[in-house]
Amino acid sequence: MSGKDRIDVFPSRMAMAIMKTRLAGAQKGFSLLKKKSDALTSRFRSILKKIIETKMLMGDVMKEASFSLTEAKFAMGDFNHLVLQNVSKAQTKLKSRKDNVAGVSLPVFEHYTDGSDSYMLTGLSRGGQQIDRLKKNYAKAVELLVELASLQTSFVTLDEVIKTTNRRVNAIEHVIIPRIERTLAYITTELDEREREEFYRLKKVQKKKKEIRAEAEALKAKMMDEDKNLQEAGNILEDDYDEDLLFD
Amino acid sequence: MALTAGKLLAIIGDEDTCTGFLLGGVGELDKHRRPNFLVVDATTTVSEIEDAFTNFSKRDDIAIILINQNVAEMIRHILDNYTAPIPAVLEIPSKNHPYDANKDSILRRAKGMFSADELM
Repeated sequence: MSGKDRIDVFPSRMAMAIMKTRLAGAQKGFSLLKKKSDALTSRFRSILKKIIETKMLMGDVMKEASFSLTEAKFAMGDFNHLVLQNVSKAQTKLKSRKDNVAGVSLPVFEHYTDGSDSYMLTGLSRGGQQIDRLKKNYAKAVELLVELASLQTSFVTLDEVIKTTNRRVNAIEHVIIPRIERTLAYITTELDEREREEFYRLKKVQKKKKEIRAEAEALKAKMMDEDKNLQEAGNILEDDYDEDLLFD
Repeated sequence: MALTAGKLLAIIGDEDTCTGFLLGGVGELDKHRRPNFLVVDATTTVSEIEDAFTNFSKRDDIAIILINQNVAEMIRHILDNYTAPIPAVLEIPSKNHPYDANKDSILRRAKGMFSADELM
């Protein structure tokens, strides 16, 4: 694996400089993503805690609401069909806005009421007080559930984002950075090897030159030797014979 | 998702749950006079609930789907595969069935990440 999985570059000083900047970039990105992931995780944990609390609370609120429904039924008889048939326009609606956590937008729901109560007259004859309480209890339940829903939506969104962020962090830490490091190591070894080759070649050339010089020297010396034998320079004074120099 | 105002809650549940929430003021008929709730009684088939849930989750004016836990159990296979953040699916207890936190798909996911004693 090591030494094989690396970026395909020509081992040169320039490629090394590029790789070094890439390594620095990758490390910077890694630390930034790690920070993001930590921030998201802490937010995630607090949301989770709130979800669990709210879910437990929801059990109680729903119990109370159901009980008041039973009370109302006791007071005015079965009115389910009356309510189910009389649906027209919703009074409680939701607004959604966005909350930004480390670049992740989380939807937050807010409920608001507008329009008139379409069950204004329900319970006019009997059990009005119970119906009133019932409405209040269920409005409270809706409020709580809306809160829970925004928490839960944030939970699902954050879960997804944390997973992708962690995947990226791990990819940078375990794949990209080692690969760049391997590439750098490869470039360094290649450059070193080339340097050694160059050094060896220089030595070799030097040796060759020395040899050639020595040979030349030897030859020269030999020539000199031979020369000496050949033209033992004659003494003009001693020589009887002196060739005439003739000039035309 | 645009920041449009006026999203709705949808309810899938038994008669009493629906009645309660409708009195709380969440019921609405859209322009085709389709309600945003489904009353589940003994004669409602699983496929009807499935259809209702799929319809609600596709409507873009619905932000939250409330579903009774005992009903949720019937279409658990769909809920477990439902991962979109909006509309949010909330499981609520019904009058006849107490709330069991262990069955909730979100809480189950949450519990996978934390130890049990941390939750209490």
